[in-house]
Amino acid sequence: MSSYVRYIDKTREYYRAEGYDKPYNWAHFDTIPFTPLPKPLAACRVGLITTSEMAIRGAAQPVPDDDPLRNPYWLPSDTPIGALYSLKVAYDRYATTLDDVDSYLPLTRLRECVADGRIAGLAPRFQTAFSQYSQRKTLTVDAPMILEWLREDRVDVAVLTAV
Amino acid sequence: MSLVARHLEEHGIPTVVFGCARDIVERAGVPRFVFCDFPLGNPCGKPFDVAMQRHIVGMGLDLLAGATAPGTTVTAPYAWDDDTWKEKCFTKERPFLDETATARWLERKQAYRDLKATGSS
Repeated sequence: MSSYVRYIDKTREYYRAEGYDKPYNWAHFDTIPFTPLPKPLAACRVGLITTSEMAIRGAAQPVPDDDPLRNPYWLPSDTPIGALYSLKVAYDRYATTLDDVDSYLPLTRLRECVADGRIAGLAPRFQTAFSQYSQRKTLTVDAPMILEWLREDRVDVAVLTAV
Repeated sequence: MSLVARHLEEHGIPTVVFGCARDIVERAGVPRFVFCDFPLGNPCGKPFDVAMQRHIVGMGLDLLAGATAPGTTVTAPYAWDDDTWKEKCFTKERPFLDETATARWLERKQAYRDLKATGSS
């Protein structure tokens, strides 16, 4: 098995070749926050957040393509998995697909964990957070919006999937 | 996604991130990370491989319960069918976004800059 892909180096080279001179400054922090689990996992309500830009078949697109803000949004967690699909275009479309929602938004797997008693339950809503170019926007707008929704839903722990 | 995880954690909600871009997530620094060495798109296991997905999601829950220090990464013990994607991703042969998606991205980026410039955001 070869080593993992260095996306920071790869994208720098890729976009330089495309004519973009200024490399993206990926987020970096010197310290990492840490909150211990407040209670046993089996007593925890789990929140789920993804960058996979989820939508419901037959419903309006949650955020129009030309919306520059692309604020986070939520959808009901009890949406049947077959009714969900991803609008994400930024993934490795040559190597894989987003046809199986559970491979990036593990709703079915987490429902199984609820049934098994491994977790207490799922939050009634799950969130999409867009992969934003602006770190400032993510930190000052998107992340606080999601925190507020999670608090409203009395979420104990959060699962985040980066697609 | 890493920034959101950090924000939640700073405000008292323990988090676990599932992702395929190890260097990007670890550069930001997240409390708990399940790394899946797959092409961008399937951080919770191969499409339609239910057993693998159960295992990987379970690793994340174990990490939520068991991690004792920030910056803990665990690696899912799986490999993609072959490693061609590692060499080919982000190359001219396999552009990351198609032309339409690239144009939309550039338009949105400019529109966001315009909004910022007018103080609307």
